[in-house]
This record gives sequence, structure tokens and C-alpha cells, in this order.
Amino acid sequence: MRILEAPKPGETLELNWALVADFLTRFLREELAWRGYDKAIVAVSGGVDSATTLALAVRALGPEGVHALFLPHRQSSPLSREHAHLVAGSFGVRLEEVDITPMVEGYAAQTPDLTPHRKGNLMARARMMVLFDKAEAYRALPLGTGNKTERLFGYYTWHGDDSPPLNPLGDLYKTQVWGLARYLGVPEVVVRKVPTADLIPGQTDEEDLGVRYLRADVILEHYLKGYSDAYLLALGYTEEEIRRVKERVNRTHWKRALPTAALLSSTAIGEFYLRPLDYRP
Amino acid sequence: MARHVILQFRPEKSRLRESLARLRAHLEALRPQAPEVVVLPETALTGYFLQGGVRELALTRFELLELLSQVHKELAWEGLLDVVVGFYERDEGAYYNSAAYLELPHRIVHVHRKVFLPTYGVFDEERYLARGRRVEAFNTRFGRAAILICEDFWHSITGAIAALDGAEVIYVPAASPARGFQGERPENVERWRTLARAVAAEHGLYVVLASLVGFEAGKGMSGGSLVVGPEGRLLAEAPLFEEAALLFTLDRERIPPVRYDSPLLSDLEAALPLLLPDLERVLAKEVP
Repeated sequence: MRILEAPKPGETLELNWALVADFLTRFLREELAWRGYDKAIVAVSGGVDSATTLALAVRALGPEGVHALFLPHRQSSPLSREHAHLVAGSFGVRLEEVDITPMVEGYAAQTPDLTPHRKGNLMARARMMVLFDKAEAYRALPLGTGNKTERLFGYYTWHGDDSPPLNPLGDLYKTQVWGLARYLGVPEVVVRKVPTADLIPGQTDEEDLGVRYLRADVILEHYLKGYSDAYLLALGYTEEEIRRVKERVNRTHWKRALPTAALLSSTAIGEFYLRPLDYRP
Repeated sequence: MARHVILQFRPEKSRLRESLARLRAHLEALRPQAPEVVVLPETALTGYFLQGGVRELALTRFELLELLSQVHKELAWEGLLDVVVGFYERDEGAYYNSAAYLELPHRIVHVHRKVFLPTYGVFDEERYLARGRRVEAFNTRFGRAAILICEDFWHSITGAIAALDGAEVIYVPAASPARGFQGERPENVERWRTLARAVAAEHGLYVVLASLVGFEAGKGMSGGSLVVGPEGRLLAEAPLFEEAALLFTLDRERIPPVRYDSPLLSDLEAALPLLLPDLERVLAKEVP
């Protein structure tokens, strides 16, 4: 008699990338179409998220339907420029560069107490201003590039990099973006580089967050699906990692929502008066 | 024998007139195929996620018949055309997620109101809709049929009631947002395939699934409409995510021999009365 034991059940982050790419390509085409757009615009940073977004946009709309912007500040890493050009070239899109230094430094000159953190937020919001203005100029819809991990952690500038109306990667963890990026042919040097917001010199995401993406994403997926801490501890994750991940999620629910309006009536928007965003009778 | 087409349809979201124009164009394209029964998805003329917009876009069953009869007339369709179509129904002060079996141009054959209203995760039906209370089969000019809408079909008891009521085919209009991308197909699509085959094989009847397509604010309706024969075999399947017309001939004559060789339905008919006391007991939450 053979004695068999079922493998321990768990969650996998590995997806069918071909199916995901097909789905997200259709998502971009259809969601642009009903809004009356046939072109998209992406701010390319040199990182893997914007590279993957650009790759999807080119799949959906062709290179002629995609504008790519590179929006450096003088403090930005030279590697960011190199990788942004590499990415745009790989997908056959011309890269337009707009230096945000004068915008940011114009305010910084008037603000002697500006901290590096505040200046980083300023850069993100300056980029958002340029992205939306260029979008208007080209009649193109801005695409967001934020992934699920950073959305859950609130690791972005509110009303900065989270502001574009369409976000194809928003339900994919960082490690899943790496998988999709490889499938779509994003240059390996961009996929493998250490993730950074590049808002402060020398900054890396994983140092800021205090946990590795590979580990955070597994914890997040199990946490969101209702697994216990004990289950995660048995998988080899530490109490400190689990605590840190849960704390980041639960401190930032406000950041994933629209601004709070005081409710005074029984027709309050989004509370009583409920219509989906694509409702247009 | 009835010539069917499953029209895996993408509505113009919340725009009834535009959706009807789109439907008319598709029927025009299908005219050479001479379909006798057209099966459309759940909420086919408005899209699924309307929230409070249901109140503004719901139709009475008579308004629905009038609108589709108008399409039949504009097409100058020769003879009758049967249509199964999901729609938001208004009846006095109540609103339902319904599907009608119409014999165009003149007759409402049956209207089913969804009983199982998903209200979890991305779904919020019970907030906006009233619950149907009946599962019943009905006669069409091609035989006896039943309609179950989306989650109605995810509960094995509804298929059993339809089969016991004489249905030879269960039409299933559905709207199913794709989710779970680990495998060859999205998880929800796999589940539909498994369920459709299981229900068809258990009761020896046809299952005809018409599944909506199109993105609704990030939710991508999966498509993957299909028809399963009374042996539980997948006879045909539409692609994922895109509009398609799936043509097939539904042959009722297959049902008696299949049920003779695999008499599960008559077994159920015989044994169900024995189990009813237990059903009543568990519903009353009595401890044995």
C-alpha cells in the first residue's frame, strides 16, 4: 500500500503571464475607448513598474499610440535616465524629456526648511502636473504605474503618482510585476535592479519599507485571504515582518480612498448616491 | 432540433438604445445562419454593475418585449425568433435581476427572477435588487426549458428542481468578472466549466451558458460561454473576453437514451421524498 500525503495548501503568486498580458491589453483598449481616447501617456522612470506599463500600452495601442515621458530632477540617478531610454527604445517609443528641476527648485528656494522627504513629495507632484499637462496636449490618457504592494503599503505620494485614471498593474504585487515584465520583454537589467523611488539619493524601497518584496508579498497575499499569523510563522516569516506588513496596510486605508466629505444628506455622493464611474446613460 | 446561437455580447454600458443597435447589427450578421433561439447574457442590454442606476434603467417585461419586437421588425426577420435575455426588471416598486424567454415578435413565454443575489466581494446585488422566489421549467415551441441566472446555477439544488420540473435545457445568462489568473483559464471560468458539465451529466440535460464580455471599470467580464450536452460533454465553447456567436443545434432526441443509460434523474425523483424530512430538519437547525 502506498501512503500519500497531500502537499500543504497555500497561495501562489505565480500567474499565467500570457493570460494576464492579454487581459491587461484588453483592459487598456476598452477602458480608453469608452473614455474617448485612443492614445496613452506614461511617465517612464527607468524602473520596472513604468517599463511594464509602457510595454502593455504598446501592446494595446501600438508604439504610435503611446507617449513616453522622462521627468528627471537634477538629483535623479544617472542610471534612471539610461534605463528610461533603454526601455523606451526596447518598445519603439520616442522618449520626451522634461526636466522638473526648475519647478521643484523654484519652490525649494523659497522654502529653507524643506526636508528631503517633503522635496521627494514635491518631485512626485511636479511629475504629476507635467504628466497631466502633456496628456492634455497630446489628447492622451495618463496611465498609472503603481503596483499592489506599494498601494497596500501607501508607499507613494498621495495625489502624485497615484493620480492617473487608469492603472493596469494595481492588482499585481511587486513580485508579480517582475514576472509580467520578463514575459513582456522588459530589459533584464531593469527587472533585476534594486527598486527605488529615486526621490532621495541612495534611497531603496526595501530599506524604506523594512521588509523584502519577495517576503512582503507572500505575507500580504495570505493576510488579505484571512490566513492566521500562526500559519505565516509556520511558513518561516518572522513576527517582526508580519507586524510591519500589517501595520503598513492598516495605517494607510485613507490613502487608498477619495478625500473624506462630511455627510449631511441622504443624497451624499458615494454614500447614498451610488453610480459606477463608467455609468453614462 | 432547434438551431441555437449563444451571443456572447458586450453591452454599451448603461446605454439601452446603443446596446439594442449593437444587438440588431449582430442579428443582421447572423441572419444567414438562420438561428431559431438566441441566448444572451445576464444584464445584456445595460451592463452588470449599475449600482443605484438600476432604478433609472430597469424595464418592465412588457417594455422589454416592445423594444426587442421593434428590433425584430426593423430587421424584417422572417418568422418567429426566440430570445433568452438578461435584463434589470421593474415591477411596481420592486427591481429584479431577471431573464426573459421571449418568442418574438409577440409573446413573453417566461420570466425568471434571480433567486441567489451575490452580495460579497465585488458583488452587491441585494443592496439594489429584490430576490426572486421561484425556480420553474416552462414550455417553449422547441421543448421544455428553465432559466437560472449566474449564481442561481452555482447551487446544485436549482438545477435539480429545474430537471425534476421537466427541463431538457437550462439556459444560464451570466456576468462573471474574470479573477484568479494562475491557470490556463481564469478560476471563475474553470468553475463554470466544471459546474456546467456536472449539472448536465447529473440530470441528462443541456446546459447553455451565455456569459457577458467587456470591461466595466476595471472588472473584465470573462466570456467563455459554452454548451454542454446531456452526457456532460462540452460541445462548444466561446473564447474569453471578446464578443462571439456560438452556433449549435440542440437535439432533444439525445436526452431519452442518455437518461435511460444513466437514470440519475429518475433515481433522484424516487429518493428525494425520502430525504425531504432531513431537508426540513437541517433547515429548522434541529440537533438530531
